[in-house]
Amino acid sequence: MMSVETGPKNQNYVSGGNLTKRGRTLVQHSILHVVLILAGITFLMPLLWIVSTSLKTAGQVFIIPVEWIPSNPQWANFVEIFQILPLATFIRNTFIVTVLGTLGAVCSSLIVGYSLARLRWPGRDYVFMLLIATMMLPFVVTLIPTFILFKFLGWLDTLLPLFVPSWFGQAFYIFLMRQFMIGLPFELEEAARIDGASTWTILIRVIAPLCGPAIATVAIFAFLAHYNDFMGPLIYLSTNERFTLPLGIYWYQGRYGTSWHLVMAVSTVAILPMITLFFLAQRYFTRGITLTGLAGR
Amino acid sequence: MTALPQKRRGPSGVKRAEWRDGWLFAMPFLIGVVVFWLGPMLYSLFLVTQDWDMLGPPRFVGLLNITNALNDPLVSKSLYNTAFYTFIGVPLQLLIALLLALALNQKLRGRAFYRTIFYLPAITPAVAFAVVWMQIFNADFGVFNNILRALGLPGVNWLFNPDIAKPAFILMSLWTVGPQMVIFLAGLQGVPVELLEAAEIDGANSWQRFWSVSIPLLSPVIFFNLVIGIIGSFQVFNNAFIMTNGGPQNATLFVVLYVYLNGFRFFKMGYAATLAWMLFWIIMIFTAFQFFAGNRWVYYEGKVDKGTE
Repeated sequence: MMSVETGPKNQNYVSGGNLTKRGRTLVQHSILHVVLILAGITFLMPLLWIVSTSLKTAGQVFIIPVEWIPSNPQWANFVEIFQILPLATFIRNTFIVTVLGTLGAVCSSLIVGYSLARLRWPGRDYVFMLLIATMMLPFVVTLIPTFILFKFLGWLDTLLPLFVPSWFGQAFYIFLMRQFMIGLPFELEEAARIDGASTWTILIRVIAPLCGPAIATVAIFAFLAHYNDFMGPLIYLSTNERFTLPLGIYWYQGRYGTSWHLVMAVSTVAILPMITLFFLAQRYFTRGITLTGLAGR
Repeated sequence: MTALPQKRRGPSGVKRAEWRDGWLFAMPFLIGVVVFWLGPMLYSLFLVTQDWDMLGPPRFVGLLNITNALNDPLVSKSLYNTAFYTFIGVPLQLLIALLLALALNQKLRGRAFYRTIFYLPAITPAVAFAVVWMQIFNADFGVFNNILRALGLPGVNWLFNPDIAKPAFILMSLWTVGPQMVIFLAGLQGVPVELLEAAEIDGANSWQRFWSVSIPLLSPVIFFNLVIGIIGSFQVFNNAFIMTNGGPQNATLFVVLYVYLNGFRFFKMGYAATLAWMLFWIIMIFTAFQFFAGNRWVYYEGKVDKGTE
């Protein structure tokens, strides 16, 4: 699979100069492959550890040297964690927060992004500058007062603080959406406007259907953020039945920290949806990161 | 039919409608900024002057929180820890990310596959990641000590030795450089091939091509990764909270963790808000400084220096 192909063999003999250059790239690439494979194994090591530990018995965890592929995989671990933990509840809570949060992020970024990208109104440039500024503001300063705000609203120990803010648009997602929308041809709206369509209709009927890639990117980032969020649930949730998966893992680890194999089984359950999503939608991940990263150019 | 009169009367009405819709559509964000940024920040300023445990009413204490913070040895300790983690960690993270991106920028077979592998740790839920690293660092059965022992070296007490804990955190942070790597990769792919070829014709070797052509063109991307990396690193929380809870001997007590402990463990809301503001200004001043310094070393294609032409 990793073999280096040099293309049709006879091309190597076309000219002497070509041969040495080709030979040199071949050697360079082989070395590079070896380095990348070693680096890849190193990068995968934590994930391999999680999955392999989740299939061990309690005792096997401590065996040295590490058994990367357990001799008799304990699939029953995955049954056990559902019996000893309200895991189904954790999953349901995580699902609610993630779905509603992602939906909010997509809707709000579509609406605000459209306004900033394609509507002309006084003050727009200032609002855009405000948007950029909030992208750089350190969240730590709002940590305490936002908690007090939600306490005042009576939202502590509910899932509301975890997804409601998303419906008001987060700078990063709005920015992504705006950058994408600005690239669409401006003639699109003109025809619809002449037909007397409202701004709202134009956004829903004309623009939004063309924003598929941007919507996918925002949805994936929002999904990731809500699904993996730890600090939010930690601060706002206190009853077991409200816990999300990350907080559930933390709580379980603190209580039964020595049952490493079961902690890792819960982690495996938490990681699987993320990895599946990543493999399905990798190019949207890459595009989103690239769009932000190159914005400074 | 009715198109003509409408058109003549139109512009101002249409324009006004667009203004209205523009503001209306931006409203969710504007409300969000007021409710989740501006309001909390103002309220937090008020909290700086208060002593409040969230049970009784808040009590005005003037500048006491600030003077306490200036004399609190744990504040300077947490600032030192955070600075150590940031200023050693971020450059290392960028270096690894850049090296990986350079390797993946070659016309290699299976580079999309490698990219996926290098990215995966970054999407692992923070808790699962922290928990597995507690085991990887475990002194008895962890991976690193396994390797060290196999090499005949003594094991290291990674998370329980005050001198090693911070470097251990930096080490594990190198596993999540996927996003920075992707940004570098996109930047490298934006370097025009013609420029590199022209440099080659002029006799530049591959190191010179990298250093004198790729790096200057990459500098905006390096700058972006640096600014965002430092802002994020200054606010590190999860790993320290889950793995060490600030220990051993406060060696991993980072500022946000100390804010959290003051606010949600000791219920000193005023003091926690004060510490948060302190970190806020440190980050803002540092970011501003970077933008100022960035003018000197970041190369923007649009800016042509006419003097040397």
